[in-house]
Amino acid sequence: MMFVPGNNPGMMADAHIYGPDSIMLDLEDSVTMAEKDAARLLVYNALKSIDYGNTEMVVRINPLSTPYGRKDVEAVVKAGVDVIRMPKTETAAEVRELEAEILKVEEEIGAVGRTQIMAAIESALGIVNAYEIATASKRMMGIALGAEDYSANLKTNRTPGGAELLLARETIVVAARAAGIACFDTVYSNLDDMETFRKEVELIKTLGFDGKSIINPRQIEVVNSVFVPTEKEINKARAVIAGIKEAKAKGSGVISVNGKMVDRPVVIRAERTIALAVAAGVISEEEAL
Amino acid sequence: MKEATAGTLESGDILIQIAPSKGLEIELQSSVEAQFGRQIREVIGETLAGLGIKDAYVRAVDKGALDCTIRARVTAAAVRATGEDVWKD
Repeated sequence: MMFVPGNNPGMMADAHIYGPDSIMLDLEDSVTMAEKDAARLLVYNALKSIDYGNTEMVVRINPLSTPYGRKDVEAVVKAGVDVIRMPKTETAAEVRELEAEILKVEEEIGAVGRTQIMAAIESALGIVNAYEIATASKRMMGIALGAEDYSANLKTNRTPGGAELLLARETIVVAARAAGIACFDTVYSNLDDMETFRKEVELIKTLGFDGKSIINPRQIEVVNSVFVPTEKEINKARAVIAGIKEAKAKGSGVISVNGKMVDRPVVIRAERTIALAVAAGVISEEEAL
Repeated sequence: MKEATAGTLESGDILIQIAPSKGLEIELQSSVEAQFGRQIREVIGETLAGLGIKDAYVRAVDKGALDCTIRARVTAAAVRATGEDVWKD
């Protein structure tokens, strides 16, 4: 998910060329108060006019507690955005408030249920309430960590190893999995240190995250190289799935592939590997069958 | 209506200045004026018409903006000039 400032038309026009899975146009922190009105119009018109292809379009709105939040919702829902990202989410009640606001606009334009919600959790209170936030709405497609505000709220700083974020990251993954939705890690802002960035992406993949937020197209390749399954992993996954199909046909639930026992969790991981490979375009849907 | 401005001089953007006037006058400065000048003026004119504005002096400095950017910047300048927002709240 690539972050793009909502008041920069040049970047907004070019962002999808680099092939991110999703683009998040930002109306919040990257836009000054004096430009909130202009950025909202820019994002509205860009969403209505620019062909972003299959790229999932997300807009980070201002909190509903500010004078900008409700107008942001009206604009982006009318423009047909895929997902609204709520910043600084702390309670399930805030999610329900946004949901009601979205519904109001969707009813007006006859498009009820079209808009999904992603909640960014950026405080200790948000982490404590992560599961309630994740399950607050049927529209909730994922939760994400916002590490800068979270670190400040914890009264600490971000470090290359990310020790200060460990509990938050694990809590978000667990809450998302329990709720059956996706989870996305925070941004890494030092573009000159790609090595630490790669380590961070490897860490968050190991923790179970579905993806990483990025601030520059240069970071896409690193994220994809970590997340996209290798040929070896795909072949192994195929062998597992083929093996289990064969076993099922024979009426058995447990098989052995290359001398290792294959049971349900292994099959689930193999299916996820194939799904990731299809999503990344490494193999076609026909090849996955 | 009062004088108002929206947009920037960055690449891909357009700077729109709007002021009270009788009738509609559009002054355009663009590196692609020969090719797209007429289209840019049309987008500016249509956007203002859509907002019910018939009388305005518009000075536009274009840096290669897409039509959607022109619409957004003209609307932002017009909203700032008239004080009448296009959103409800």
